[in-house]
Amino acid sequence: MNAESPVKAKKINMLQGINMGLAEAMEADEKVFLLGEDVADKQGGGVFGVTRGLSSRFGESRVRSTPIAEQAIVGAAVGAAIAGYRPVAEIMLMNFITVAMDMVTNHAAKLRFMSGGQTNVPLVIRTATGSGFGNGGQHSDMLEAWFAHTAGMKVVMPSGPAEAAGLIYSSIFDDDPVVFIETIPLYYVNGDAPEPGARIPLGKARIAREGTDVTLVAYGRAVNDCLMAAETLAKEGVSAEVIDLRTVAPLDMPTILNSVAKTRRAVVAHEAVKPFGVGAEISSQIHEELFSDLKASVQRVGSNFQPVPFSKPLETDFIYGQAQLLDAVRKTLG
Amino acid sequence: MVTGSNAPDVATLMRIYRRMSSIKQNDERMRATIRAGKLAIIYYSPRGQEVIPSAIAEHLNDDDYLVTIYRGIHDQIAKGVPLKSLWAEYAGKVTGTCKGKGGPMHITHPETGVMVTTGVVGSGMPIATGLALASQMSGDGRVTITNFGDGASNIGAFHESLNLASIWKLPVVFVCQNNGYAEHTHYSEGTAVENIADRAASYNMPGVTVDGNDPVAMWKAAQEAVARARAGEGPTLLECKTFRFMGHLLGDDSHYIPKEEMAAALEKDPVPLFRQKLIDDWQVPAADLDKLDADIATEIDEAVQFALDSAYPDLVENKRDILAEEMA
Repeated sequence: MNAESPVKAKKINMLQGINMGLAEAMEADEKVFLLGEDVADKQGGGVFGVTRGLSSRFGESRVRSTPIAEQAIVGAAVGAAIAGYRPVAEIMLMNFITVAMDMVTNHAAKLRFMSGGQTNVPLVIRTATGSGFGNGGQHSDMLEAWFAHTAGMKVVMPSGPAEAAGLIYSSIFDDDPVVFIETIPLYYVNGDAPEPGARIPLGKARIAREGTDVTLVAYGRAVNDCLMAAETLAKEGVSAEVIDLRTVAPLDMPTILNSVAKTRRAVVAHEAVKPFGVGAEISSQIHEELFSDLKASVQRVGSNFQPVPFSKPLETDFIYGQAQLLDAVRKTLG
Repeated sequence: MVTGSNAPDVATLMRIYRRMSSIKQNDERMRATIRAGKLAIIYYSPRGQEVIPSAIAEHLNDDDYLVTIYRGIHDQIAKGVPLKSLWAEYAGKVTGTCKGKGGPMHITHPETGVMVTTGVVGSGMPIATGLALASQMSGDGRVTITNFGDGASNIGAFHESLNLASIWKLPVVFVCQNNGYAEHTHYSEGTAVENIADRAASYNMPGVTVDGNDPVAMWKAAQEAVARARAGEGPTLLECKTFRFMGHLLGDDSHYIPKEEMAAALEKDPVPLFRQKLIDDWQVPAADLDKLDADIATEIDEAVQFALDSAYPDLVENKRDILAEEMA
């Protein structure tokens, strides 16, 4: 690789990263098509502009704006998927998936099993969410644990633009249903552009920062928060390893366990509320596998167990922050 | 008797009767087998609704898609799913349509176009729009039939699906098998309009109410709806009025159905009526029908024996077909 390559130096945000991945997938296979509210250019290319330019390039037959009808959007995607297409359904905000949960959990997730493997559902549901913008209780939730708790589903959550490009491509060409969760604040954060054609396999975590004293396990925006905490800890002489899960389900436990076997301390962090969350599952599995090797019990960091509030001070109090992350790490250090 | 060029000939009517007889006899055997303790299943009998899929099938190809519901064995038989595979699936055997992993409420058989059978009221319709969308995009010429009951027209999925199918002109026929009862609730107590087909006006599509127990009327109505879909002219809401003889599920004593209503419906049992019509109006020899019925009985005998004799799936099946990759 040429270190001075302009491609390498180029910065993009996650909106652009996902757009790149979608365009590459649509270019690679004409069975890939998009549907969702306002996704065509005539309506603005999606409420956040993720699909901007794609209907002009690939036509409105493959980038289909739909009525506001989540059940029909996901249902139509399921039907087209079992008939051999690779639909990407955009559900504008994650809370709106609740309207289509029957299609997701009773159908998309189960048709492969219930048909004895005769049909499968290569569907991606792209959806955006995240607190911090004053969107209140019905536009901000992180519901990834619901889907991870359903056999037959995959759950992907990118932490940056290049990650998003590589992961959306792999999600589209995966033969099972994937919920692809985009964190709204990350849309506008710049990072290195990916190499054209870069692919990231599902189910494989990434070591975002190497360390020896404690393992911080995270995904989505929490990866960046953990990297920031790791910087602070480094100044205090604590070497933190940060794992970016990339895929919540299937969970890459081997990577987590290898790291914790080395550091013997672990903190799991996510924006979702703490009880019954992904952190609980990971913490439990670490305890089951490495109990006698651990120097301290695994700590979890998540947002408060409450509806996402509107008022700014309340919302700031709701979301986990650096203080909670650092406190959790210090608990493991004893 | 219907005459004219747009009328089914006797060979067509005989094929319709064959399906009807097959569905009726299969149902009788299923209930007897369950009551004899040889099958332990929840069973949603289609008895009384035989005509609808038997007539629609005349206008379908093997590769046309079908979506149906938990009360769907009549639809599956009419579409051509082999009886042996059906019985074996009902028995949870590895030789079933889905290796015993779906069961009676989740029959899938792509070779005959049966893509989804859902256990959730109304949920087939959104998926059917997707199957039809795939056909529209690929230009494969297939038509999708999605079956549901009168009760399902009150759930939101109905509205979202018919609207989407209409704005996109999808090649799908929404077949409402209106049997008068949504579980235990009479049609009039749960549905605000006189005919389900009236609702089509909201979606700017044709809404047709037909006597779902009249094979000739059903044949004609289905012909139009399927032809319209195949020609790219969009969906139809086809309401087929019928009656459910055995209640919501086997063991249901139908106490919520007035005795006179049930008696009147049983008197108009479409299968023996059509059989007699074939003899009286079409001069079909009774002996031919006797032989046909007997052949079907033999086929069912073999299917039941096949299912009972087949093995259960290996426990490794619990790790398969969850995701593309086998689970550890």
